[in-house]
Amino acid sequence: MAILSLIQGFLASIGAAVLGLCQAAGHLTLFAGASTSHIVRPPIYPVELWRQFLRIGYFSLPVVGLTALFTGAALALQIYIGGSRFNAESVVPSIVAIGMTRELGPVLGALMVAGRVSASIAAEIGTMRVTEQIDALTTLSTNPLKYLVVPRLVAATIALPMLAFLGDIIGIMGAFLVGVGRLGFNEATYIQITWDFLEFGDVTSGLIKAAVFGFIIAMMGCYHGYNSGRGAQGVGRATTNAVVSASVLIFASNYVLTEILFAA
Amino acid sequence: MTETAKIVLEGVAKSFGSKHVLRGVDLCVQQGQSTVIIGGSGTGKSVTLKCVLGLISPDAGSITVDGQDVSRLRGRARETMLDKFGMLFQGGALFDSLLVWENVAFRMLQGRRKLPRHDARDLAIEKLRRVGLTPETADLYPAELSGGMQKRVGLARAIAAEPEIIFFDEPTTGLDPIMADVINELIREIVVEMGATAMTITHDMSSVRKIADRVAMLHDGVIQWEGPVDDIDATENPYVHQFVNGLAEGPIEAIR
Ligand SMILES: Nc1ncnc2c1ncn2[C@@H]1O[C@H](COP(=O)(O)OP(=O)(O)OP(=O)(O)O)[C@@H](O)[C@H]1O
Ligand SMILES: [Mg+2]
Repeated sequence: MAILSLIQGFLASIGAAVLGLCQAAGHLTLFAGASTSHIVRPPIYPVELWRQFLRIGYFSLPVVGLTALFTGAALALQIYIGGSRFNAESVVPSIVAIGMTRELGPVLGALMVAGRVSASIAAEIGTMRVTEQIDALTTLSTNPLKYLVVPRLVAATIALPMLAFLGDIIGIMGAFLVGVGRLGFNEATYIQITWDFLEFGDVTSGLIKAAVFGFIIAMMGCYHGYNSGRGAQGVGRATTNAVVSASVLIFASNYVLTEILFAA
Repeated sequence: MTETAKIVLEGVAKSFGSKHVLRGVDLCVQQGQSTVIIGGSGTGKSVTLKCVLGLISPDAGSITVDGQDVSRLRGRARETMLDKFGMLFQGGALFDSLLVWENVAFRMLQGRRKLPRHDARDLAIEKLRRVGLTPETADLYPAELSGGMQKRVGLARAIAAEPEIIFFDEPTTGLDPIMADVINELIREIVVEMGATAMTITHDMSSVRKIADRVAMLHDGVIQWEGPVDDIDATENPYVHQFVNGLAEGPIEAIR
């Protein structure tokens, strides 16, 4: 009897978790639908949009740049080791270029921005929820989805491809520095190989991914902040959930997008 | 003065989980009158105001403003309805990413009532003066102000667009007695001169006497008593008697 009730309890807890997940997914879908529909409906708040663009895009530049620089440098060394096993050290520039543009530029850049931006959006909007600022916005005849969520969504979706593009360039530059300074490549040849090898699609597919990641980052920050629990604890939990869910969704959607772009 | 009902609540009920906060609130506020809601801490006074504003949706009952059922309003219609309102939140609820004057003039910086920035600023400074704040405070951030100053900025924001209906949630808590009196006078002035309809929540009996035309006492989720302010001392109602005289003994339990 005791075992039976134990099993029952175990199954019930799994069931509850699954139900909770479905409920959260439904909730999120409704929230995302409502906010996205406000993107195209006036009024728009250009000042807010610009403010968020600076905050999400411009102030993430150092983080994304440094990440890309060191990743590119390490990547050059690793690929050199791999390439030398079948006497193909000369693949370094091309593999670095494809790895940075198609995968690491957008994904690592987005992860760094997820840590920085999702957290701060969730904390800010969560605090606004807890201190009744969101209620105050409503009573001032301002739709909080339009005023708070839409500018962040749009800004992140535009800023991330730009950051990823810069990340691509800086990452390739990091690999170039290592390649030329440490691995004995000729400067002109390195650049020539990279340039000849890269296709337009390599770069654009990475930028498309980055745009989706930007949307995910802002959406997770806004969603968790907007539905934050009460008190400082609620805001803390919202912040953690925003970063974790943004990161996981970035990885998951990265695979799905890569699969789609692979087939295309 | 002709009596027209501005805000009518009928049987409004609201529970949070198993906690039944409102159990059927009936209240009628006349146009151009100042009604004060009194009641113990945690009895649902703030929740009542938020129900009228649609920030909390009641589980049962109806709320009408100017004869219009507010619970059904969505989108633009709701915004138009909210244009009539000004609200001072209990905690101030100032936008901390905006300057003090941008908070006060928020309605005039966007939307249908948009003014040129310079005019909006002048208007904000004028409203700040009315709540006893100097023009220098206009260019500070809310976080740089004291609690009482934040409260007054919230008040300035609530009255900035000269709304028809104003809700004040504890306008004088956290203020010194002199400033509290200034604010009481201001609320009275807004009702008398601008003809606004006001609903105020307060625990301060001297405020009640100063600003109320009518008083409603909320306890146990219902309005226990409602009547003209002059009757609060004479009424037989045990709840009002206990509250007005601040007695520990009576039907209102000390532990809630
Ligand atoms: N969003 C909410 N979620 C859950 N419970 C809530 C919520 N808002 C209010 N409550 C509960 O409703 C009750 C009434 O709250 P309310 O803020 O209306 O009290 P009040 O009468 O304004 O008290 P005070 O004079 O202390 O401000 C409280 O017990 C509170 O815990
Ligand atoms: Mg309250």
